[in-house]
Amino acid sequence: MYATKARRARPEPFAVRPGIAERLGLPYMDFSLGLAAIALAAISIYTLAHATAHDVPGNPGYYSDRQALYAVLGLVGMYLLSRIDYSRFREVRVGIYTLLCASVSLVLVFGFAARGSRRSFDLPFFSFQPSELGKLLLVLALAGFVIDGARRGSPWQRTVRYLCLGLAPAALVFLQPDLGTSLVFGVITLAVMYVGGVRWTHLAAIVGVLAVAVAFVLVGAPKLGMPILKGYQQQRLTSFFHPSEDPSDAGYQQDQARIAIGAGQETGRGNSATQTRLDFVPERHTDFIFAVIGERYGFAGAALVLSLYALLIWRALRIVTLSKNSYGVLVAGGVAAMLLFQVFVNVGMNLGIMPITGVTLPLLSYGGSSVVATFLAVGVLQSIHVQARLSQKGRFAW
Amino acid sequence: MYLRSDERGPEMNNRLAVRLALFGAIALALFVVLFFRLWFLQILNGKEYLAEARNNRTREFRVSAPRGSILDSSGEVLVDNRTSLALQIDPNKLPPELKRRRAEFAGLAELTHSTPHRVRKMIHEGVVTSPGAPVTLRRDVGHYLVYYMQENQRLFPGVTVQRVFVRNYPDGSLAAHILGQVGEITEEQLKERQYRGLEPGDEIGQDGVEYTYDRYLRGKPGLTKIQVDAFGQPTPNGQLLSQPPVPGDNLKLSIDKPVQEAGEAAMSSTGLRGGFVTMNVHSGEIIAMGSYPTYEPAVFTRPMTQEQVNALYRDEILAPLTDRAIAGLYPTGSTFKPITAIAALEGGFLTPEEVIYDPGELVVGEQVFTNAGEAANGSVSLVSALEVSSDVFFYTLGLRMWDSGELQHWAHELGIGRPSGIDLPGAAEGLLPSEHWRDQLYKEGETDRPWSAGDNVQLATGQGDLQTNPLQMAIAYAAIANGGTVVTPHVGLQVDDAAGRVLREFDPKPRRHVKIDATYREDILEGLHDAAQGGGGTSCQVFCNFPIPVAGKTGTAQRPPYPDQSWYGILAPYPDPQYITFVTMEEGGFGVEAAAPAARRILEALFAKELSEGSSGSESEEG
Repeated sequence: MYATKARRARPEPFAVRPGIAERLGLPYMDFSLGLAAIALAAISIYTLAHATAHDVPGNPGYYSDRQALYAVLGLVGMYLLSRIDYSRFREVRVGIYTLLCASVSLVLVFGFAARGSRRSFDLPFFSFQPSELGKLLLVLALAGFVIDGARRGSPWQRTVRYLCLGLAPAALVFLQPDLGTSLVFGVITLAVMYVGGVRWTHLAAIVGVLAVAVAFVLVGAPKLGMPILKGYQQQRLTSFFHPSEDPSDAGYQQDQARIAIGAGQETGRGNSATQTRLDFVPERHTDFIFAVIGERYGFAGAALVLSLYALLIWRALRIVTLSKNSYGVLVAGGVAAMLLFQVFVNVGMNLGIMPITGVTLPLLSYGGSSVVATFLAVGVLQSIHVQARLSQKGRFAW
Repeated sequence: MYLRSDERGPEMNNRLAVRLALFGAIALALFVVLFFRLWFLQILNGKEYLAEARNNRTREFRVSAPRGSILDSSGEVLVDNRTSLALQIDPNKLPPELKRRRAEFAGLAELTHSTPHRVRKMIHEGVVTSPGAPVTLRRDVGHYLVYYMQENQRLFPGVTVQRVFVRNYPDGSLAAHILGQVGEITEEQLKERQYRGLEPGDEIGQDGVEYTYDRYLRGKPGLTKIQVDAFGQPTPNGQLLSQPPVPGDNLKLSIDKPVQEAGEAAMSSTGLRGGFVTMNVHSGEIIAMGSYPTYEPAVFTRPMTQEQVNALYRDEILAPLTDRAIAGLYPTGSTFKPITAIAALEGGFLTPEEVIYDPGELVVGEQVFTNAGEAANGSVSLVSALEVSSDVFFYTLGLRMWDSGELQHWAHELGIGRPSGIDLPGAAEGLLPSEHWRDQLYKEGETDRPWSAGDNVQLATGQGDLQTNPLQMAIAYAAIANGGTVVTPHVGLQVDDAAGRVLREFDPKPRRHVKIDATYREDILEGLHDAAQGGGGTSCQVFCNFPIPVAGKTGTAQRPPYPDQSWYGILAPYPDPQYITFVTMEEGGFGVEAAAPAARRILEALFAKELSEGSSGSESEEG
């Protein structure tokens, strides 16, 4: 689709005046990627409009209107990002990294405390959650550090350096506490290192240490009387292994989400959905929005959503291969890993095959920070695509 | 490191290609997992999950039905209901966090004047006995608590205030043994057919007429099915089904409250353990019946203290829950003599005119049986023997019938030592000593000797191994008085609905008829009349000045090692008795000393109208 359109729109090399599409840069963008992102945002708005109509008394469009606004903001941001060369981010990697660390640190101090954790700044119009944008910032900065440090120090030193650079902000986010996002930070770090060519043995060692650490955090530390996770975090993570044990605790949420999705059957229950309409499924506009889609629109709707994510991630991986430089490879790889991890963990949690970690579903979960940040990430992918196309154009002098 | 330059486009070298391929493969695998899981949940198991979701959003509330009232024969309330507020908690809705749970327990403990430990224990016990059902923490909470709970609902997740009906006893302990109590249905009872459709936590009659007539009194609980959200809050317009409760029907008893009051007052004024019964001799309707010591049925509507439990259940001597009128097991003393007389007359062992010389004792083998007080009555016939209660006369009859079984036959026919068919639980069968019974015991080595003449001599005067109670004696006397109809005693009279329409009347058929010669009946009644109101009668001192002609018999049962037990049975009015009243008092001494005065007080209440019409009010007060 894109290819034919682009080819038709692509001007002759001798054309003096480029067309409007050409000037907007549209022919160089990944059409499918943009379409998938916009479709997901549209589904989110549509779903929120129906599922949360009674959540805020007197304001049926409370969530959907805001989500639409965030989506428009995100779209604008995405377009603007696609129009600048992402390679410039590599040059300001130290600044980006500083901004990242500063914002997630400041939120710890000045942030707005909701339900016992400080994750966001309470701004006049919406609360800004730096860690959401931080995911993208980490990708951009870390990719730069990896490129930059590719020839400095021994392989081990490099591995340890990347790891420290990635895990420092992850640790800050963990302290908020936001276990889910800190895990995303960790996955981004690993993915960038993986794509960046860190040795297999090092990666294996990291995974081994991680496994031991997880076992210690979940089992060892509580037994020694020094719990590292908060009680509810521990409970959420472990209740996954025995979901039905006590319907009143964390396993209950997962049970309810699973029931909701299952009850959707082939084509969904529409407005007669009860699980997600009557509060049985908690956080239905954020973490458990996939359950809402599953119940209201059935297998048809949920499969469509999964397909759109598959499309999104496939296009991201494709952009990795297209990138004109290594920085683009690492950035696209990091974004792809970020999206894949979030989708799998969140949908898996809804489907009852992953623990509850509080990872948002990109573009679908309600929330300005998340939606805008995801669109920006897609914008960076678009930029890599545009730059790749432009450089191809230059090289082959179309 | 394959990253040679970051400015030139990277050659898609093999190492990067391998890594990206693996990345893609992982992504593909993860999506396959998600799709398969989605398909498994929605397509393969969708139906079960849909059912679960439906089940999830509906809550059924049983709305307890008020039990029917219990009325006396003139419609006066004996038991009705009062509404009470009960604090209940749904264990499923307790907060999952230990800290908040503890805080809630502490708060609840304060509200219910308990300790957090006890609250936790109650909830735990409730969960074990009836899982899923709300646990009642405290009944009879005040309105202030309700308002407080409503205002602070968030502090007490899962706590609700339920309006429940509680039995109300306007007259305290009056007729406690007849009324019985209600209580939560037990696990065993849930399995019984008669309680089909009931659920744990439902209240049913556990004793007395509450038990016997439970199916009329119980009513039908209402059912409200509503759609709720996850917090158990009803959703707007979410009422799916509403069946209002059907109140129980009212039960009218044959009990006459003033007579019942008089009887209980007479018993308690002596402080002696015992029982009494007043019954219509023709219909078997029980006008009054009681046992002392008694109890307050209202204690069962509230949590009991250990002290109360001990007093009710553990005190084997006072045993306040035992209805001595129907469950007592006593020898009757001389009140048994009319039965002996009937047996001897009908069996041809005695004629009404026969005169027997009473020297004050009778020697049977090596045993010497003496009159009470060792008095010698001289020559006595049936009527005079009953009047003065000559033991020797009846010893003689017992001796004459000792191996014929005639006495046992007649006593058995008249209802001694067998189930009476009364509509109350807990009635004792009793024991009528017979040749077969004792020989059997002897064979089994339970006793030292077989049946002997002495046993029958004892039985003829209501002593020895005989075990019966006021009700069985009343039935036997009633049969003699009404000419041979062995009535079915009952307290339930009719069932009325709330509007007062009679739904059912209870008029149980007599157990059987025995043929009693009319002249024998007259002679015995005459003897009993003389005993009560004749100059030499055993209870003349109590009844001679009673304005209504009566026929009564004293009894003094020997229960070594305890003091004698006082008995009195009286038919009134003479010569066509309508009512039989029987009174017994453990350790009351001679019949005329304790039981007869109590019987008189009952009769005064029973015939209050007749007594006030006659101008002999002053006389009756002397009793």
